[in-house]
Order: sequence, then C-alpha cells, then structure tokens
Amino acid sequence: MKQPLINLVDITKSYDGDIVLDQLNLEIYENQFVTLLGPSGCGKTTTLRIIGGFETPDAGKVIFDGQDITHVPPHKRALNTVFQKYALFTHMNIGENIAFGLKIKGKSKAYIQDKIKYALKLVNLEGFEKRMPDSLSGGQQQRIAIARAIVNEPKVLLLDEPLGALDLKLRQDMQYELIRLKNELGITFIYVTHDQEEALTMSDNIVVMNQGYIQQMGTPEKIYNEPENAFVADFIGESNIIDGVMIKDRLVEILGAKFACVDEGFGNNRPVDVVIRPEDVDLVKPGEGTLEGVVTHIIFKGVHYEMEVMAGGFEWLVHSTDMFPVGTKVSIHVDPFDIQIMNKPESEDEEAVGVNE
Amino acid sequence: MSKTKRLLAGPYLLWMIAFIVIPLVMIAVYGFTDKTGAFTWENVTAMARPEHLKALWLSLKLAFLCTLVCLLLAYPLALILKAGGVKKGSFVVMIFILPMWMNFLLRTYAWLNLLDDGGILCTILEKLGLAEFSIVGTNTAIVLGMVYNFLPFMVLPLYNVMSKIDDNVINAAKDLGANGFQVLWRIILPLSFPGIVSGITMVFVPSMTTFVISDLLGARKIMLIGNIIEQEFSTAANWNLGSGLSLVLMVFILISMAVLNHYDKNGEGTSF
Repeated sequence: MKQPLINLVDITKSYDGDIVLDQLNLEIYENQFVTLLGPSGCGKTTTLRIIGGFETPDAGKVIFDGQDITHVPPHKRALNTVFQKYALFTHMNIGENIAFGLKIKGKSKAYIQDKIKYALKLVNLEGFEKRMPDSLSGGQQQRIAIARAIVNEPKVLLLDEPLGALDLKLRQDMQYELIRLKNELGITFIYVTHDQEEALTMSDNIVVMNQGYIQQMGTPEKIYNEPENAFVADFIGESNIIDGVMIKDRLVEILGAKFACVDEGFGNNRPVDVVIRPEDVDLVKPGEGTLEGVVTHIIFKGVHYEMEVMAGGFEWLVHSTDMFPVGTKVSIHVDPFDIQIMNKPESEDEEAVGVNE
Repeated sequence: MSKTKRLLAGPYLLWMIAFIVIPLVMIAVYGFTDKTGAFTWENVTAMARPEHLKALWLSLKLAFLCTLVCLLLAYPLALILKAGGVKKGSFVVMIFILPMWMNFLLRTYAWLNLLDDGGILCTILEKLGLAEFSIVGTNTAIVLGMVYNFLPFMVLPLYNVMSKIDDNVINAAKDLGANGFQVLWRIILPLSFPGIVSGITMVFVPSMTTFVISDLLGARKIMLIGNIIEQEFSTAANWNLGSGLSLVLMVFILISMAVLNHYDKNGEGTSF
C-alpha cells in the first residue's frame, strides 16, 4: 500500500478547555483533492491550521512525507495555504505579491519573472502584474492568492474556504477552475468548506467532520449514497431520516409498513435509523405503493417539485418532476437499493456527534 | 433637507470663525505690523536673529529626539499588544492612555518632583554614592518630560493601524517562507507606515512648540522657541514680535507635515 503524504496521528486540540479535535486520525495521499467538510465549529479549519503550522496540537503528531513536522514553524513547511479572505499584501502590486515567496527563497529575477507570467496565465489573469490588489474583484483576488501560493511549487495546497466570500455564479466557475488547476499541477489539495455541494463537486475524497470527530470518509458518491450515520445523511443533502426496525436481513419496517431493502447483518428486530433521499421517494397511485399518504405542501423549485407528503405519521420530503396538487392521495414506493440503513448511536461518543440542527 | 443641514452646521461654523479664523487673522495682523500699526516684515524676519535661530534649532533637536524615543518605545509596544491579541479598549491599552486623562501641568510637576535637586531620583543616586548632580535644567530632563507626556500620542495611532492588519496576512507571509524578521520588515512595517507618520506628526508638533515642559524641567535656563514666543507675549509684552515668530514656526511645521504626509497617501493612520 502507498504511504500517505500527510498523516495526522491522534491529534488533540482544545481552546480554553473546549475540545475542538479529539484524537483525530487522518491519512491524505498524494495527488488527491481532499475536502474537510462540516458545520462551523466542527474542527475542520483547526485541522487545516495544524497541517499549515499555524496551530500546534496539544497532543498527537503531524507526519509529512515520512517526517514529523508537528513543531516545524509554517515558514519551513513545504506546503502553502490559500486563506479565506485572500490575505493579499495590499502594499504590493500583483507581481510583487506573487514574487514574495520566491524572493524570500532567493530565486533569480529571470526565474521569478517567468514564474509570475506562468502563474498569471494559469489563473487566467495575464497582464495583471502592475495592478494593485484593491483594484481587483473578489474572484480575481482569490485567483491571485492561489497564484501566489502555487509558484512556490508546494506538494500540498491548503485552501481554507477560499470561495466563501464569492457570489454563487462566481463560486461555481471557480470550482471548475480549481479542479482544472489541481489536474494541471498534479499536487494534493486539502480544501475546507461547509458547503456540501462544493465538496461533492470537487473532491476525490470527502472527510465529513462534526464536533471534533471524523464522521465519515469516502468518495462523494459513497458519502452521498451510503451515509454512515444520521449526521452525515442530514448534512450531505436533504434526506428523510426515519426510525425503523430491521425485521430481518433485507426487510425493514418503517412507520408500520414493511419495505424491502438490500442491507444485511444488522440482526433481527433491531431498531435502526433509515435514510431515504427525497429524490428516491416515488409517488404512485393509491394502493400501488407500500405506504399511503396525502400531499400537504408543494413548491416549484425549477428542476423539480418539492413536496411534503404526510404518510404513516411522518412528513416525507419528496423531490419529483411530476406534480401532485395539495390534497392528492398518493402511495409511497421506495426501491430497495435506495433505502440506507444505519445503526442507531450507542455510546456517548456517538451521541455527541449526532444531528444537532 | 439641505436647509436643515445648513442650520445644523451653523454652530460649528460660528465656533470656527470665532475661535480659529479670527485668532489666526489677528495673529497675522499683529505679525505683520509694528506697534504703531504700520506694515512691517521685521517681526517675521526676526526669526533669523541668532538667539531665535539657536532656540529654533534646539527645539528642532529636542523634538526630533523626543519623537525618535517615542517611536522606539511605542513600536515594540504596539507589536506586543498586537501579538498578544489585546483588544481595543482593554485594560492594558487603557493603562497606556490613562496618563492622558490627568492634567498636563500636574504630570509635569510630578516629573519635576522626581528629577529635582533633592528629589527622589537624585536622592537615590546620591545615596548610591554617585556624585552630586542635577538633572533638572538639562536637555535630558526636557526630553524625558516630553516623552512621558506625548508617548500615548505615538502608541495610539501605531496600535490602531496594527490592530487593523489581518492576522492571516501575517500568516500568509509566514506560509510563503518569511521568518519573523522578514515578516516585520516586509509586511508589518510597510503596512503600519500610516500609523508611524501620524504618530510622528502628533508627537513632533506639540514637542516642537511646548513651553510648559521646558519652563518647568528646564528650570528657566533652557530657551526653546516656544519659551521665546511665550515671553514676547507675557513679560516682554511685544505681541507683534510674538505673533511674527509664531507665524514662521507655523509655516515651518506646516512644511514638515506636508513632507511627512506625502508618504501617508491614504491617511489611514489618522483615523482613530
């Protein structure tokens, strides 16, 4: 097996007695786009700052390329950071901003000029050398911040919610830009965000965090389709999280009705959490599905209709391209592979990471 | 709407006319006339007299020294306050501003008490077996008094401008490979420049024109340009000469400030 490029071992960090990270273990491999995803206060930014060297963990080790860098100051680490609010040097022009790291390393003038040109081309801002940061838009400033970081040829680029201050359209453009950059540069990106859509769009791997714990790690598809607990299911996209009982392998009882599913190994008659994505709920004619209900709300969302269906005493969230007016009697059908079964939290640790929204 | 605005500006306009414009005009009138009321350049050109030039030069030297000492004391302090993440209006910042709330004369008298012959400092030094010597009546005493009185005016703008520097800008510099000294030299110093300029202005001007501090701590032996002007108005009762010298001093300061402010294009440091 490949050796990880970055290895966080039992990282613990607390501020004024509040534990922010509790024995966090994380391996990040070369050439990956890894996203740390979670609500504010989940410890994702602290994790990034520990990797960048701006925070020292109370306990645990940061291994980078096989070496322990836990106590190495930031200016001696072979990685670069792109900060949330760009953090450009406002007293220098764009060219000087990009050259900053290279000048400190004592590179030749010709080399620096080449690098500035190359970096500005990479971020589609050719000819901006003489402009001042203040005269640039937010999106442009963020590109310069990225350019300033990558000219140093870091092995890893750390990005702390870099698109947080941009508007929606620009954010989407920048997402594609970042994917392109990552592929062109062939380096590791570690990206911090609270925006699940951003994480799903860009990442090779997502690390979902809450209250200092890693909830789940995996590809975007895996995180979305097979959330391991109620927190992940709720945080990544919308979902119906319902109490259920696993009658036996491949059969679960939800709200009094029996649904076929594909999960096995939970035992018999065991209480579980059941996750069903709104787009996986099929509304059919009364009597043709598993559970009978009535449409109580409908909103047109553009691509689909968002409906609420009262069935079995539970308000189901349903996304569908078919319209069912309020008051329509419907029947709910869910395909077996669209039902995701999760263990209920047992220990206190797991309780602590439960849904809190 | 615009009428109400003009009405609201009324009292300030009156104030400015009564206490700024009229006095300035009066100084100008006195400065360019002699006792009979006839126009003359004499009061202005009197600055070129050796005793006046000597006082001006000494004022300049002491004001420069005082400003330099204030800057050297205040800059590290502002850095420490920033590094410690000390918030505006916190106790530590208040401690440094606190002396400003006390009467200026009182504070200077306190220094006189400390430094005077037979005062606390001299007594201690003499008890330690050091030869009998006197601090009051020397340039050192005057600079000490000026530094003490004007230091807060240097600390505040510096602290103000530094607290506005985003921590992430400093982190970004470190991230790009800058060590502590490089961060200070290439990032913090240029970004805090407006604060330096405004601190220098606020310390240099009052120390250039002071006469109370030099009067008390100089034991009336040392004449600064402020003392000379003050004496023309009080003991010599020559308002014309006093006004003429004031005008020259004013122009002198205006020019120095214009040169200094040339570097503070955004005027960021002055806003606190």
